[in-house]
Amino acid sequence: MTWQSRAKQVPQGGDGSSDFHSEQDSSGPAGDEQGGPAMTRRVAITGLGVVAPGGIGVKAYWEMLTAGRSATRIITHFDASPFRSRVAAECDFDPEAAGLSPQEIRRMDRAAQFAVVSAREALADSGIEADTYEPTRIGATLGNAVGCTTSLEREYVVVSDGGRKWNVDHEYAVPDLYRHFVPSSMVGELAWTAGAEGPAAMVSTGCTSGLDALGHAAELIREGSADMVITGATEAPISPITSACFDAIHATTPRNDDPEHASRPFDRTRNGLVLGEGAATLILEDLEHARRRGAHVYAEIAGFASRCNAHHMTGLKPDGREMAEAIDVALAQARIDPSAVDYVNAHGSSTKMNDRHETAAFKRSLGHHAYSTPVSSIKSMIGHSLGAIGGLEAAACALAIEHGVLPPTANLTEPDPECDLDYIPLHARERRTDVVLSVGSGFGGFQTALVLARPERSSR
Amino acid sequence: MSVHTLIDLPELTRLLRECAGEEEGVDLDGDVLDTVFMELGYDSLALLQVVGIIQRDHGIELDEDAVAEAETPRALLDVVNSAARAERIAA
Amino acid sequence: MTAQAVVTGLGVVAPNGLGTEEYWAATLAGTSGLGPVTRFDAGSYPSRIAGEVPDFVPEEHIPSRLLPQTDHMTRLALAAADWAVEDAAVDPAALDEYGMGVVTAASGGGVEYGQRELQQLWSRGKEYVSAYQSFAWFYAVNTGQISIRHKMRGPSGVLVTEQAGGLDTLGHARRHVRHGIPLVVSGGVDGALCPWGWVAQISTGRLSTADDPDRAYLPFTDQASGYVPGEGGAVLLVEDAEAAKARGAERIYGEIAGYAATFDPRPGSGRPPGLRRAVEEALADARVTAAEVDVVFADAAGVPELDRAEADALTEVFGPYGVPVTAPKTMTGRLFGGGASLDVATALLSLRDGVVPPTANVTAPADGCALDLVTGSAREAPLRTALVLARGYGGFNAAMVVRRV
Repeated sequence: MTWQSRAKQVPQGGDGSSDFHSEQDSSGPAGDEQGGPAMTRRVAITGLGVVAPGGIGVKAYWEMLTAGRSATRIITHFDASPFRSRVAAECDFDPEAAGLSPQEIRRMDRAAQFAVVSAREALADSGIEADTYEPTRIGATLGNAVGCTTSLEREYVVVSDGGRKWNVDHEYAVPDLYRHFVPSSMVGELAWTAGAEGPAAMVSTGCTSGLDALGHAAELIREGSADMVITGATEAPISPITSACFDAIHATTPRNDDPEHASRPFDRTRNGLVLGEGAATLILEDLEHARRRGAHVYAEIAGFASRCNAHHMTGLKPDGREMAEAIDVALAQARIDPSAVDYVNAHGSSTKMNDRHETAAFKRSLGHHAYSTPVSSIKSMIGHSLGAIGGLEAAACALAIEHGVLPPTANLTEPDPECDLDYIPLHARERRTDVVLSVGSGFGGFQTALVLARPERSSR
Repeated sequence: MSVHTLIDLPELTRLLRECAGEEEGVDLDGDVLDTVFMELGYDSLALLQVVGIIQRDHGIELDEDAVAEAETPRALLDVVNSAARAERIAA
Repeated sequence: MTAQAVVTGLGVVAPNGLGTEEYWAATLAGTSGLGPVTRFDAGSYPSRIAGEVPDFVPEEHIPSRLLPQTDHMTRLALAAADWAVEDAAVDPAALDEYGMGVVTAASGGGVEYGQRELQQLWSRGKEYVSAYQSFAWFYAVNTGQISIRHKMRGPSGVLVTEQAGGLDTLGHARRHVRHGIPLVVSGGVDGALCPWGWVAQISTGRLSTADDPDRAYLPFTDQASGYVPGEGGAVLLVEDAEAAKARGAERIYGEIAGYAATFDPRPGSGRPPGLRRAVEEALADARVTAAEVDVVFADAAGVPELDRAEADALTEVFGPYGVPVTAPKTMTGRLFGGGASLDVATALLSLRDGVVPPTANVTAPADGCALDLVTGSAREAPLRTALVLARGYGGFNAAMVVRRV
């Protein structure tokens, strides 16, 4: 039997990134194979924090998403007039007003600032006190794709004197240059914010970084390396070098005359992604710990899997095969039947190639149920913030379970006939939601699926 | 080749080699005018790179859809050279 | 039963040797790969010594199509991955595509490539930026390129924890194996030997400014004055022991028996640093006592206070002069995401041959560093268990125990 078929037939065979089961299952074959109930820790989301285009803080974020409002606009961070694509979803973020001190502002790249501000909100939301957990039992993971791009480019321009010097000038380097150069400093900031002294790592798998950081964090709890993990994702990529990169490969939309409708996943007229920025932090805890301290639980991380298409650094095959495999394994781990999925949060990057790729993947994995499952892409509203987006999407999924409301796909007015699922066009929808599937797809070929579920769901 | 030809096949293959390398087992100097780019080992990124350089170095702008639909060297040369001719007439 | 993760293939690119055996012979002989920087003109900088990988001709190892889209460190990584797969005698085409994963470490990404494109953008304009820049510089590039090259479609990842990444990726590979993935290509190959990468490191104040390659990187000594950067690293093929047996793997270098990672407390908190705890947790994870560890491969920062902290942690766990300690990275420089993976490869070779390579150029540890530092020449000893330490800038600690099987 191949590993693949074994995984599908015997769900506890597990995925490379995680392997977990419900406590109800612990007496079954899974528990036995894994050495008993000690291995069956479940992972709860108990705190959320968000810095997003169009809204700082969870409340503003959720209001915006459920209103179906787009935060995309003509770039204001720099003069984008020479570029083919001049649209982005920018955060109206004032670090001082957001509570950062002058030294923190100096030390941190914009992406790190986002991360720390969202982390403080998430910690407060979780109700965790300084002495709730032993510091050595707290971990930290952070998803991020392009590091401290904004700071690095700014400093590069200075030390190279506007690109004139190959032998850049060390005497003009700022003291924090290496902290920007090695982006793991950002997960360090997250760890400091939470007082974490357990395992810490930045996860950088392109545009699946956010989901993968969550999967990694959940695994740290499951395997017993931590009881709590502060996790999330951040990105602040809106900078000339990023625009130049994406211009060169026509990845971003040239729809500059209509910026607020430029991100149009699954729409016939979409023609490229809209760059975004932002951060989300999620507090994960061992479910038993969380319940014991009376924490509010938004959702459980029930399944996670990642696969690689090994096909192309930027391209996707139309069949959605590897994404479907990731979905299958994640659902199998969660012991959730595909027919129990209530909502799919799509990658929906507003490119033809992606929209068709993942539509095919949903059909492969969910079968006929794909046609009756609501699917949406919040990138229609907050753009594509690369490594951060998976964290922002996971936060939206947790809120969908919490509130029983599904955010829409904004700007979807002319459906692509080849994308024939229910993409929740334009308006949010009320629906009791127990099980959510969130997927991501990234440069490098990464395909990731995350399953969030209400812990006391009936469909186990 | 007409006098209005901006780029010919040897120039195109030179650019492809320089910008995107050369696939093993493919003879770019052979009869490749009608061989699809994928068979020559060139994906859309390689073509975007080459087309970007042609536009930049010759100061012309090519229709993106027409470029995307050009699957062979002959088709791409047609797009480039007819655009160049059109610009010359316009000028 | 938890699956046992074993290493069945090694691919090494190092400043003192291209390929595993060449590197190992040089390392045992104490032959250093450090020398004056040749890849760019370092004359205007206060630091001028590096560990460059010599004699690597990209065209001999990398397909022509990949050359315009790869940074130097990615080319080194692709070569190392090829060699690891070859060394393990694995035919990826014959295995389940979803049963093979790729996990690599990154630190600054494809820095030289990135500097070139930044220069194009700022000196000439956006039309001069390569279509390949979008991924050639980014942190996930090596995992993506390796997975494509060998058609490995299993769980893949990229971890960034600066120098600790070389251990964190191997720890993550073991996690995958324990969850049922038969094979993971893992480790780190890294480097940023260009002016932009150089200046970023100078800003830390930790780069050695000595001009004599034999005096520039002297960890644990009174003369320690910083570190020397290098390029390279190692790719390791990590397999489920049962799967390796089933496919008839000829060689098992050893088992990844224990691993732990910790993060230092915020400066000023008054709490102890995390390195000792990483060591203790890794030993506990491997179910070995300190007395059972035969050799330690140190992080060896070359910065006096960091050396002292590491020596203290080792002394607390093993007692004064309690275990042989070595730092072969004195011959390669510090390799960012690649260094600790190379140390694990070196540790496995030590276990194989029963010999500890020396810490080059160091004659005796500083007063107060109560370490049994292996200096001068290689030391033969029956070896079964080795401990590898790594620290990443900003507070990352990792420890890994490897064991002969």
